[in-house]
Amino acid sequence: MTDASELRRRTTELLAAHPPATTERLDFLRARFDAGLAWVHYPVGLGGLDAPRALQAVVDAELAAADAPDNDPRRNGIGLGMAAPTILKYGTPEQHSRFLRPLWTGEEVWCQLFSEPGAGSDLAALGTRAVREGDNWIVNGQKVWTSGAHNARWAILIARTDPDVPKHAGITYFLCDMTDPGVDVRPLRQITGEAEFNEVFLTDVRIPDAHRLGETGDGWRVAQTTLNNERVAIGGMRLPREGGMIGPVAKTWRERPELRTHELHQRLLKLWVESEVSRLTADRLRQQLSAGQPGPEGAGMKLAFARLNQEISGLEVELLGPEGLLYDDWTLRRPELVDFTGREAGYRYLRAKGNSIEGGTSEVLLNIVAERVLGLPAEPRTDKDVAWKDLAR
Amino acid sequence: MSDLLYSEEEEALRSAVRDLLGDHCDPAGVIARVESDAPHDTAAWKALAQNMGLAGLLVPEELGGQGATHREVAVVLEELGRFVAPVPYLSSAVVATEALLECGDAELLERLASGRAVGVLAVGLHRAPGTAFSVARLENGRLHGQLTGIADAGAADVLLVPAEDGGLYAVEAADAAIAPQSSLDLTRPLGTVTLDGAPGRRLGESAPAVHRALRSAAGLLASEQLGVADWALTETVRYLKDRTQFNRPVGGFQALKHRLAQVWLEVVNLRAAARSSADALSTGEDVEVAVAVAQAYASPAAVRIVEEALQLHGGIGMTWEHPVHLYLKRAKADSIAYGTAGAHRTALAALVDLQAP
Repeated sequence: MTDASELRRRTTELLAAHPPATTERLDFLRARFDAGLAWVHYPVGLGGLDAPRALQAVVDAELAAADAPDNDPRRNGIGLGMAAPTILKYGTPEQHSRFLRPLWTGEEVWCQLFSEPGAGSDLAALGTRAVREGDNWIVNGQKVWTSGAHNARWAILIARTDPDVPKHAGITYFLCDMTDPGVDVRPLRQITGEAEFNEVFLTDVRIPDAHRLGETGDGWRVAQTTLNNERVAIGGMRLPREGGMIGPVAKTWRERPELRTHELHQRLLKLWVESEVSRLTADRLRQQLSAGQPGPEGAGMKLAFARLNQEISGLEVELLGPEGLLYDDWTLRRPELVDFTGREAGYRYLRAKGNSIEGGTSEVLLNIVAERVLGLPAEPRTDKDVAWKDLAR
Repeated sequence: MSDLLYSEEEEALRSAVRDLLGDHCDPAGVIARVESDAPHDTAAWKALAQNMGLAGLLVPEELGGQGATHREVAVVLEELGRFVAPVPYLSSAVVATEALLECGDAELLERLASGRAVGVLAVGLHRAPGTAFSVARLENGRLHGQLTGIADAGAADVLLVPAEDGGLYAVEAADAAIAPQSSLDLTRPLGTVTLDGAPGRRLGESAPAVHRALRSAAGLLASEQLGVADWALTETVRYLKDRTQFNRPVGGFQALKHRLAQVWLEVVNLRAAARSSADALSTGEDVEVAVAVAQAYASPAAVRIVEEALQLHGGIGMTWEHPVHLYLKRAKADSIAYGTAGAHRTALAALVDLQAP
């Protein structure tokens, strides 16, 4: 079994063979992947060493101390957080060796083609069609809320492959080449003024059957892995104390005593406590996860994260008083990554509105917790036994 | 990073305590007992303290204890909360024991650790760590005065009494007059201690001993609150799956499902906060912040969770026969015990430099 001292030894070896100061960034990242130190809980040969997930922190600390380049995980959050664990679980050996290494190094950025204009919370109602033609699938449809599609080389995609069966049964999961001529990415401007999301139009996109992930018709089950990982990725980030949205507000409070009121003080302390407890809960979830795959419990983290971000950013705008009436910049921009703390309070307040919608609305997540964690009866369903093509639209 | 999980040994301890309390503290029995003149369950206490040796968890082995840590004590308290067990465990095995550990009194520690005596710190249950507390008068070396709101005073064999000279004194219960008060929480009754020239033995300085005792109590109370809350969630989920209205189990209605999911989330948070403060107390790292965070979160959360449980039980929740009221009373009293959430938030404001205007 690979333990912390073994990982330290391997990290030292990597640094000796590829000194960060004299090694090209990409060469270093590839060497790190090949040494099994990319994500140590992954299998040997796929960037890992079958080690406990918790030991990644040991490697990361050693590499950070040596000033080694990292793979800038924020730039490829969907690839690392959602695509990789799904590919690992359901992919063929060929898919593993083709996709995981450039995904981890950031050479290939990923996006997620799931939501559609008519299938948001009711994701399984999606209508994008994939039709088998020889060794290929021909895909037509429209996706929406696709973050990072304008930078992405690959996408995870779910599409309908059988309209004659109930909606959850006729879906298949694909890996889609975003450079295919049939893929058209258009910016979608949001309430913040910027366009971090896109609409993606798919017209006769050809996906080879070798890029199907999992069995034909089994896409909903495969997507559960992605969605559970997504909620953990969104709500379960490892943060230091005051590392989240509470950080900038606490900083303003300390630096600007003239803004303080008793009423805001009570609200700030309450939110500070809730942020700290939420951080501890995320730590605890991560400690539980170090062995297995995320379950529906991750939904809880995402719920808490969304509510806290919204309350805290709302408080921050009020704390600023007259300055809260101003906004930093309404220019249409296309950010490479979403930076919750890099801009001003008004931006944070508006952007946080999406936190209870993206990656599953809070209402859907509450249903998931009630049904899958607590085992309460499911909502009565009128669509379960009806072929997708016969559903009202 | 602190260890927020339970070890295998802690889980084994939990199931042993749960088995024992399952035999002793069924809800109907607890309701009947707290209505009697002897609200404390002495048989359960004896089984826990003497047979299982749990009164001495915090006491080093060389002083006759188990030499365990706050993490194990926290697990015991979770189960005591789950059964709202009327035993003086928090008072004697945590509060009085911590005070004695600070004073280093081997003789009394040994008596408490073995479970042969129940010790009670004569400081009002509502006092937060670091705040002022009432003291007894000293006249010719004898103690005088009245101290009220003393948790489990009626079960005490020995009282630890702070006096006006800054000392903490051991007073045998037989030398004091102890009268029960009518308490909101029937399962942790309060009492008035009247001292009229009682002899006392000076153990040491009261301020550090009381501070250590109350801080530990506040930090570990979160685990008791977790036990109370976890019972409320579990029972409510069970009830809502059974109970039908409008020809459906009521647990299938979305309005109720969402409320229960929210309750679950608060229980999950409460567990992380409680584990964090128990772990901090055992390692001595970041204790002040961890305890203040745990109490600032746990008190309102546990009350809200049990209030939700009561409402979701409908009419039966409002009756004397259903045990949910015992849990509501415990949760509400706990929200005042060892400092309110507000008191702990105020402490936190200084600790993390978020000063008031």
